[in-house]
Amino acid sequence: MRGLGGIIAALAALAIWQGIVTLTDVPRFILPSPALVAQTWWDNRALIAEHSLVTLTEILLGLLFGVGFGVLTALTLAMSQSARVVMQPILVFTQALPVFALAPILTLWLGFGLGSKIVMAVLIIYFPVTSAFFDGLMRTPKGFLDLAQTMQARPLAVLWRIRVPAALPSLASGLRLAAVYAPIGAVIGEWVGASRGLGYLMLLANGRAKTDLMFAALLTLGIVSVLLFMIVKRATQRWSDQGALLR
Amino acid sequence: MTPLKGANGPSISIDGEARYESVQVFAPLNLTLMAEAWTCLLGPSGVGKTTLLRALAGLDSEVTFTGSIQASDGLPLTGRVAYMAQSDLLMPWASVAQNLSLGPKLRGERVDQERVSRLLDAVGLREHATKRPDALSGGQRQRAALARTLMEDQPVILLDEPFSALDARTRADMQDLAFELLRGRTVLLVTHDPGEAARLGDKIVIMSKDGLTEVAPPASPAPRGVDDPETLTAQGQLMAKLRDNPRNAA
Repeated sequence: MRGLGGIIAALAALAIWQGIVTLTDVPRFILPSPALVAQTWWDNRALIAEHSLVTLTEILLGLLFGVGFGVLTALTLAMSQSARVVMQPILVFTQALPVFALAPILTLWLGFGLGSKIVMAVLIIYFPVTSAFFDGLMRTPKGFLDLAQTMQARPLAVLWRIRVPAALPSLASGLRLAAVYAPIGAVIGEWVGASRGLGYLMLLANGRAKTDLMFAALLTLGIVSVLLFMIVKRATQRWSDQGALLR
Repeated sequence: MTPLKGANGPSISIDGEARYESVQVFAPLNLTLMAEAWTCLLGPSGVGKTTLLRALAGLDSEVTFTGSIQASDGLPLTGRVAYMAQSDLLMPWASVAQNLSLGPKLRGERVDQERVSRLLDAVGLREHATKRPDALSGGQRQRAALARTLMEDQPVILLDEPFSALDARTRADMQDLAFELLRGRTVLLVTHDPGEAARLGDKIVIMSKDGLTEVAPPASPAPRGVDDPETLTAQGQLMAKLRDNPRNAA
């Protein structure tokens, strides 16, 4: 049912798009028709696939490191009062900085390769993952902690066997945000300086007034992002469902 | 004797008062829990029953208890109590059997699987061992919580209204089962149900703003029948005492 809704919405959007192009007769370098974009996409499928693969690699590595650092940070903060005192202001401050503004400096430091894009993606997803998981770890139902205390539990065992499982629903929402943000991070990195990737391809096509190719690359990025989100949502669904049982 | 039976519970004497910041939660009081018997602490909400139980359990609380808690065997209570609350506190992500082994796992001890199966049998949950708690009924969940409490094998058992969320029939069944399985241990049952106190109490104490009042339990041994005339009379008298208290009536 929801899948059907998505298809109807997509068809409606395409129809409106095509309608605007037909009615206004706008030049193709301003707004190409969906049909033209589809044609361009097919003609350039090898080129688009090659650049998609680069961007996808950046996204996945960014997710891997961003989620990894985020989870480790949240665990550290949850276990240590002094870590909270020292690190929380730093975390908030880094979040107050517009991360995008760091893109040029990352390119300067790490070059035009994958590294600067991965770091960009990591920077963008690190905070949502850390903050969502940390919140979950600090909101363990009090009764569970009371029970553990009467059982003479070791703090690390409480973390591993109660607090972490109870925080998985929160981590799941953090991961979903990360899946949405990671492609943004990778593409911004590519815009600032790259020789490969969908973001690079978009800039290149735009600069040469190949607006149809720009749209083809943009749509590909959109599809990659949506698929990634759906995979992450699917993979974390069990954790989210479990959240309802904790209330 | 089956090995399920626990260590001999000591008698416990509590002497002290509780405060929340500058407000007194309860005035200085003295309560003795009978060895190897059920003491039922009865009273309306908000008089500090749970505070007293938490002090015994050594649980952190915003309320500060000052005073002494002494066991007749002279040993500290820390690490010798098992606790069961109104909410079953089963981990929703773990199976019933895994929930039973929570205590040993949290202490980093080996899990006695044989004891787990024996306890599952004792509470009639053997065929539900691999199910998650959300697949169980309220009564089954509370039975799993009881088995987890017994898994701890402690001489002192603290029960904070563990049956109050159950329907009448399941509650009576749980009362019988718990009484049977907890024999030999020192039990404090906090409850607001006069019927429960009349059925299960070897000693019955009413807690009010004015302090503790001990009420003689029915003469027959607990657990008493739900339709036992003497128990029903005692239940009625307890109810009347609860209502009599002018401060509670407000």
